[in-house]
Amino acid sequence: MNRREFLKTAALASCSLMVPGMEAWALESKTVGKNTGKLVVVFLRGAIDGLSVLPPVGDSRYYSLRPRIAIPSSQSENGALYLDGHFGLHPALAPILPLWKNKKLSFVLNSGSPNPTRSHFDAQDYMESGVPGSKSISTGWLNRLLAQLPSNDSPVRAINIGATTPRILSGPVAVATYAPTAKRRMTPLDQPNISAAFSEMYSGRNDVFSKTFEQGMAARGEFNEAFEKSAMQEMVAADGGALPANKFSGFGRQLGRLIKEEPKVQVAFLALGGFDTHVNQGASQGQLANQLNTVGRGLQELIAALDDTFNNTMVVVISEFGRTVKENGNGGTDHGHGNLIWLMGNRVNGGKLYGNWSGLDQNSLFEGRDLPVMTDFRNVLASGIGNHMGLSSKQREIVFPGYMPGDKTVAGIFA
Amino acid sequence: MQNKVVPALLALSLLTSGLNVNALPQKAETQSENDKIQHLLNRITFGKTYSDIGLVSKMGIENYIKSQLHPQGIAVSEDLEELSKAEALQASPAQLFIKYGRPAIKAAVQNQEQLEGKIQKPFELVKGANASDKDNSKTESKKQFNKMVREANQIIYGDTALNRIARAVESPRQLEEVMTDFWFNHFNISSDKGLDKIWVGAYEEKAIRPYVLGRFRDLLGATAHHAAMLFYLDNWQNSAPKASDGDDFAQNLQPNKKKNNNKGINENYARELMELHTLGVDGGYTQKDVTELARVLTGLGTPNRGAMIGKLNRQFKNARAQNPMMNNRFVRNYGQFVSADQLPGNKLLGSYFDPARHDFGDKVILGTKFKGEGEKEIEQVLDLLAKHPSTAKHISYQLAQYFVCDKPPASLVENLSQVYLKSDGDIATVLGALFHSNEFWDVKNQNAKFKSPYRFLISTLRATDTRIEDVKPAVNYLRQAGMPLYQCLTPDGYKNTQEAWLNPDNLVNRLNFATAFSAGRLRGMQPQTTRLDLVAQSLPSKMSEKTNSAIKKAPKAMQLALILGSPEFMKY
Repeated sequence: MNRREFLKTAALASCSLMVPGMEAWALESKTVGKNTGKLVVVFLRGAIDGLSVLPPVGDSRYYSLRPRIAIPSSQSENGALYLDGHFGLHPALAPILPLWKNKKLSFVLNSGSPNPTRSHFDAQDYMESGVPGSKSISTGWLNRLLAQLPSNDSPVRAINIGATTPRILSGPVAVATYAPTAKRRMTPLDQPNISAAFSEMYSGRNDVFSKTFEQGMAARGEFNEAFEKSAMQEMVAADGGALPANKFSGFGRQLGRLIKEEPKVQVAFLALGGFDTHVNQGASQGQLANQLNTVGRGLQELIAALDDTFNNTMVVVISEFGRTVKENGNGGTDHGHGNLIWLMGNRVNGGKLYGNWSGLDQNSLFEGRDLPVMTDFRNVLASGIGNHMGLSSKQREIVFPGYMPGDKTVAGIFA
Repeated sequence: MQNKVVPALLALSLLTSGLNVNALPQKAETQSENDKIQHLLNRITFGKTYSDIGLVSKMGIENYIKSQLHPQGIAVSEDLEELSKAEALQASPAQLFIKYGRPAIKAAVQNQEQLEGKIQKPFELVKGANASDKDNSKTESKKQFNKMVREANQIIYGDTALNRIARAVESPRQLEEVMTDFWFNHFNISSDKGLDKIWVGAYEEKAIRPYVLGRFRDLLGATAHHAAMLFYLDNWQNSAPKASDGDDFAQNLQPNKKKNNNKGINENYARELMELHTLGVDGGYTQKDVTELARVLTGLGTPNRGAMIGKLNRQFKNARAQNPMMNNRFVRNYGQFVSADQLPGNKLLGSYFDPARHDFGDKVILGTKFKGEGEKEIEQVLDLLAKHPSTAKHISYQLAQYFVCDKPPASLVENLSQVYLKSDGDIATVLGALFHSNEFWDVKNQNAKFKSPYRFLISTLRATDTRIEDVKPAVNYLRQAGMPLYQCLTPDGYKNTQEAWLNPDNLVNRLNFATAFSAGRLRGMQPQTTRLDLVAQSLPSKMSEKTNSAIKKAPKAMQLALILGSPEFMKY
């Protein structure tokens, strides 16, 4: 029995041993059965400025600390979109405002990784391994999560958009890496005689190349099939035959369709870069606003493309850390600490903010300069995803080893 | 499982010598000279060729290592020399800006329009490239402008990439090429970011390449003073919070008299300088050290852009006065009228230290006090960082990972660190020690590395003696493989481990590339040597029986692709 088989069995065993009534998710996971919830994780690399995503427009200190880059209040032209009076939403995120109004979108304030590093690379690594501060764990939490889900033996259980496997998805469960191209076209290995010759060479070697080759060919087959389905072709036609390569909105639609058409997809991951705004980040308009506009439209299109599959899908947006509360000398912000986690889905009690907000006074800031982390990202993920995907508390411990959920800052966020 | 596989392997080994090294461990001392040459070439070059093997057999392993570590005596073909004369590599950052920067292109568009009678106004400097487009003629100009910007970027990127790939494939100074890739990646900049589009080639040629086998301190100094790095990591904007608007030079030529509001510390470069370039993330520095280093670096930037634009403006007028018939190719030939020599600062690398933007207070970094003396502080702090034991360890780890195995043994890293410190960071000395270490020759580390897409590409071209005529197919492959040349966005550069690059889509992608390339379907990149016995000598390890029989069974037209797409070819 290999490790993966073992974990699957362990997952089933712990399901049957669940203590009744422990938490709401316990009951639900039984009824969900085979059809557990789907998860899309979007990682905004480079540390997005949470104070621009959700500007605290009701706090005058926000405006004095950020004279050039603060988002004006909701009353002003181009101001923040109204959320609850104290916090607004960046105007470039207007595409996701309807989700908030429909109570399917919420944010967790002052959240993130408890590790204080301000290195992008370490912080991303920790958020992806799921074990902040430890460099000895080689798997990512999303891969460990997959190992806990009932396996459907599909080569596209997990989809990664991009050319390389990110840390969050590394581990024993196979991941279909899908590098988006401008258009789907035939490649040499789509021709049976060519793929047969390579199969002859690669198959049955009992090594990592053999396995990787087989996974690659199988996933390619599934993707090709999904793309041939009518809805996919319609979409391609609507884009003039070309899927935008560098736009999240294109990916959003592409990914949404794929998840809808291919019921075996359980988890998808997508990373976007370009949020490291040290210089001229702008306010309602400008560099960051353009990026946010792409994110907002992308999310909107992802959700639209998911269609009724959205009922069963949770979308989580994370970033390695937040940025300095005070703007720097160049109309930008430097590396900070606390940030936001964005949550979208039917099971999210949205239209409300969660987490602890401690204001912007110097003495309530982390090291006198950054938002503190008062809610561990693992708290949000373990409870939200555990619930949504039907994981026992034991299984959640396997996904986030060594993490003891305790704080109640996100109580009530998940239906 | 073992019961089945082991006898099968043994049985095969009786039939053929074509087994991979990993399957049957051998002791180092029993390795044949040929096996050793094979391993050495796998690691020192971007992929051995049948002719390399003959060369090393003749001159001996020791002499080969020595010649690669000190390659000045190895002749490079005239053809490659010629390629490296490209302006993208040789011109200074100021010259490149004056010729290919947006203001120059804007000016050229306007000049052309005036000659064609589309605009009436005499030439005047246009402040930004983003003037609003209210009427059609302006939309036209903008189109023309965008087109010329694209062309300019293509010239720079194309020449830079062609140079890099042709040299990596063809240069007999292979270690120099390997180290150019290594150090560029270590001090990564991205040609996707603004001005680095036009400075990337100059950066590689003037800040990286001359020092790849020299002293680390020189490499660190050259990158710290190159305009491309200062722009990429924002240090050109890093200034003392209460600085004046810049020195007289900058002020006088400021085209628009707008007050400079961009003042204050920007710690981006300071952080990466310690985290990535020198000490390493666990090198023992604090947030306070980052902020203090950022203060030391205040004022180190590029000559004020206004100065360059002012220069451009005056030169442009003079040039036009001399030759009113300048056509719209003007921008291409513009350099001949302009000398960027009068710009202040480091002419070769393009940095300029502006004392008016510097924080002259005292600083403490890693426990060492630095008196606020201006430019000198920067050199002092770079000295401190280059000599630091954490830097020695960080650099040694990266070299060991690159040349030995993905998780290099601590003993090797420690030994190399000692050599680094004793030799004052002499890279050739550290590499010499590495190539003579037991860990390097340990059979279990041989053939244990997985090629990155870049190495896969270069080794494919080397195996087939391919002289690239057009760089596009190579660049496209690297983009699809997730390793676009010069376009790693983040300052940590690309990883070089199997974990990072072995995944299903990426492997299938390699096989697609090998097939298209072998069939001669990539324009400007035709395999020259297609003799299977010669190409097979480029396999990093002996061909397995499985591979051998699959190739024999396949149609002739596919056999080359199968060698280049074989599992054996993926490792080194």
